[in-house]
Amino acid sequence: MNSKSRTLLMLTLVIVIAFLPMITTAYYTTLIIKVMIYSIFALSLQLLVGCTGLISLGHAAFFGVSAYAVTLLSPEFAAGNLLWLVPVAVISAMVYALITGPLALKTKGVYFIMVTLAFAQMAYYVFHDTKLGGGTDGIYLNTRPELRIGDAVLLDISSNYSFYVFTLGCLIFTWGFLTILMRSRFGAALTGIHVNEQRMRAVGYSTFGYKLTAYIVAAGFGGLAGVLYAIKDGYVNPELLSWEQSGIVLFMVILGGTSRLWGAMIGAAGLIFLQELFQSEAIFGAFAVHWHLTFGLTVIALVALMPTGLIGLPKQLSKRRGKKKPSPTVRSATVH
Amino acid sequence: MKKLKILATATLFTVACAQASATVKVGFMLPYSGAYGTIGQTIENAFKLYVEEQGGKLAGQDIQYFRVDDESNPSKGPDNANRLIKRDQVDVLVGSVHSGVAMALAKAAKDAGVTLIIPNAGADAITGPLCSKGVFRTSFSNWQPGYAMGPVAIDKGYKTAVTITWNYAAGQESTDGFKEAFEEKGGKVIRHLTVPFPTVEFQPLLTEIASIKPDVVYAFFAGSGAVKFVQDYAGANLAANIPLVGSGFLTDGTLEAQGASADGLLTTLHYADNLNTPRDNAFRASFSKRYPSNPIDVYAMQGYDAAQLLDAGLKAVGGDIKKRDQMHEAMSNAVVDSPRGQFKLSAAGNPIQDIYLRQVKNGKNEIVKVAVEKLADPARGCKL
Amino acid sequence: MDVATYLIQCLNAVQYGLLLFLVASGLTLIFGIMGIINLAHGSFYMIGAYMAFALQPLVAQYLGGGFITTVLVCIVLAALLGYFLEWAFYSYLYTRDHLQQVLMTYGLILVFEELRSIIIDNDVHGVSAPEWLSGSIQLGDLMTYPTYRLFISAVCIIVAVFMYWLLSRTRLGMMIRAGASNREMINSLGIDINQLFRVVFALGVALAALAGAIAVPVSSVYPGMGNAVIIISFVVVVIGGIGSIKGAFIAAMLIGFVDTFGQILFPQVAGVLVYIMMATILLFKPEGLFKQG
Repeated sequence: MNSKSRTLLMLTLVIVIAFLPMITTAYYTTLIIKVMIYSIFALSLQLLVGCTGLISLGHAAFFGVSAYAVTLLSPEFAAGNLLWLVPVAVISAMVYALITGPLALKTKGVYFIMVTLAFAQMAYYVFHDTKLGGGTDGIYLNTRPELRIGDAVLLDISSNYSFYVFTLGCLIFTWGFLTILMRSRFGAALTGIHVNEQRMRAVGYSTFGYKLTAYIVAAGFGGLAGVLYAIKDGYVNPELLSWEQSGIVLFMVILGGTSRLWGAMIGAAGLIFLQELFQSEAIFGAFAVHWHLTFGLTVIALVALMPTGLIGLPKQLSKRRGKKKPSPTVRSATVH
Repeated sequence: MKKLKILATATLFTVACAQASATVKVGFMLPYSGAYGTIGQTIENAFKLYVEEQGGKLAGQDIQYFRVDDESNPSKGPDNANRLIKRDQVDVLVGSVHSGVAMALAKAAKDAGVTLIIPNAGADAITGPLCSKGVFRTSFSNWQPGYAMGPVAIDKGYKTAVTITWNYAAGQESTDGFKEAFEEKGGKVIRHLTVPFPTVEFQPLLTEIASIKPDVVYAFFAGSGAVKFVQDYAGANLAANIPLVGSGFLTDGTLEAQGASADGLLTTLHYADNLNTPRDNAFRASFSKRYPSNPIDVYAMQGYDAAQLLDAGLKAVGGDIKKRDQMHEAMSNAVVDSPRGQFKLSAAGNPIQDIYLRQVKNGKNEIVKVAVEKLADPARGCKL
Repeated sequence: MDVATYLIQCLNAVQYGLLLFLVASGLTLIFGIMGIINLAHGSFYMIGAYMAFALQPLVAQYLGGGFITTVLVCIVLAALLGYFLEWAFYSYLYTRDHLQQVLMTYGLILVFEELRSIIIDNDVHGVSAPEWLSGSIQLGDLMTYPTYRLFISAVCIIVAVFMYWLLSRTRLGMMIRAGASNREMINSLGIDINQLFRVVFALGVALAALAGAIAVPVSSVYPGMGNAVIIISFVVVVIGGIGSIKGAFIAAMLIGFVDTFGQILFPQVAGVLVYIMMATILLFKPEGLFKQG
């Protein structure tokens, strides 16, 4: 596919998604909003996992910190202003990344997984054990914020559709930003770090600085997802920062595949679709109560049969049997 | 993309199906898996039992049920609530057990203008600062059983107390209730001990209690934590010197697992195992006939009353769920003929009810007396 | 805090630490030697506990044995289960990266939990300690200490000593250590590495199940009990250094003390103390206290 037809395809896709709520019900509109928010969240983690080779099990911390920030900073009974709420909330996640990142990046591999988990647990307990954010019961964001300059309301996202379009915009921005980032010299450096960090250091790159920057950028977009999530439901809870939440988004990334940036979006949509499917009493009847079983078995099957994730599926299918599968540990990390 | 289209088609199909019938749609958002799985099923069973007793209809309306497993996970709460509100388009929501999930549910119900009946979760805030016209509770507020234990402890001559709970909202609210009543009457809570939720490693705090030597210990734990705490308390042999009292959830639904270590425990709750009133006996007979393997407990009673409350509301509007304001008015003024004894709701939507003092005997929570009559939650911060 | 209370708290800390060690030792073994991040390790703890609960009446009826027999039966069954699972699932994971291991073992957790719910139920169940261990000893003027808790500690110490002996003094231990440091080497020496891994995995599962089974009389069995131990076990493994039994032991003790005294001295931040400790240790020792050879 050449780049022109790809652009055309993308454009059509965006337009179709933008007008999808016209034909679906409110429930599926909300569901697609959820998919888009988690796509942003998963994309931000992809920058670490797929692009830089840093596996974080604490990414929910940034999601949650921003979600709480936007909720706590919003006025109680009036609409807050997106103009400063979003940047402040996103920056608070980035600040948390700036503090914890240098410490976490001192470690490698499994130890990095565990240190990121530890820092996320710290943030989790701050909201869980103190009254700052209502403790375990969480707090409400009563009125959706709007975009204002002076008294003029430029953007009102109180209706479901306007919020839908707003979220879509955020998703396109995130994807575009990260794509451009990965095509820049900076992105090339991250790819280099993923493939062989020793060599990058040998040729004179300060890999630590690159990794830290990636970590903070990822935190920012993770925070953006958290902000949208808080606005969507108007309710935040410490569980948004739990390790299960970090696990879910990591799961999305792996499910989609780590060799392409957009694998994260496929993974987010795929996972939410699977959960929706297995929980549906219309399809599984009374057995839907045991959806964890079907879901768990599917996960196991997916890992066993699709080592490269959902985005590797077409290639895998087109390759006939008998050929040895490429080992995932040596796969290339190019991200387009 | 394809997936989305499939979803879209599926939606249109469900919507078409849903609009074909004109019944009252009740959505259960309850835990069906995990630690509270049994409780969720019990509540659903009891609710359906009442409807069946009325001939399968409330105020002449057929009742159609939908259900969603909330997994007791508050972070999934809003999405799960939307499954019922937006996908299944229910008229009435019933749920949940976990306080955090109920908070999410209350918000979603309020935003969508759907009636919500809470058959367990006791978060004070729901009928406090967050109270709302369409949100009702047939259970209790965490404050209520805690507060009721205060005068009991004073009557026993206790002067100093230690409170212990998980470091989470429900525990804090329950121990605060106890402290309020206990100190109003001249007692003193000398230490408030907490364990990170859901840790069940209590030994260090038991040692601490032994060194503080208060007159009494007030505990709030539920489920597996309650089982372990009561066992450890007995195992440390503290019970002989420092009596343990608590909110009823310390010994409700957990007695089988606690065994002899729970014997003699005093707890306060809005229900007991041997009220022996005609209303309660009838309920128990009917429930155990319909669900022989399901234990009858406070959760069953609360679920049953949720159906009674809805019935009262529907009757007042002749089964026309569209007259929502009138229905809510009728529900908040209803006198519910509960197995626990008749009760009315406060302005904030929480039961004004007798709280019983119970003692564990022969594996049952047997009633000792009424600890506080017609106790109403103060509903601090509620503007209704 | 007077001296007596302080000493009792130390005992509590040691006791908690020992139980943590028991769960984590199997995890560090599997992790260090086979290189697999096994999130489902907590499920094996849960399975051990539920087996002890469910099998006790059967064991009493058919074998005429008491609690100890039940625990032994649980260990044997768990080892068999581990052997089978390694063959059926885990053996595919050696060539995969950590991410996929995390994913598959997460899937296993869901399956095990749901099967538990279907086969047993979602209620809390208690199992009483055997008669001869149900006494208690006097500590301080008010407090007594249940004998059963001391029994658990004794079992943990025996296991620790056994593991030390197994790894440093036996031929199997030698092979395991060699296999951990150089897989190709041991293969070329004519030792069946697959078989070796299967045995190691079975041993790890048996250790987790043993921890679950002997903890039942004090912890009871309840849904989600496996998930309650898995994260803290990973913390133990990582602080101790992956694959190091000695490290796991010391890390478990450290956590026991931090947790116990944290709850009393800093109740508001008790939950987070262990993680602060882990982060601090990893800052100075990025590969844990005892990096395995």
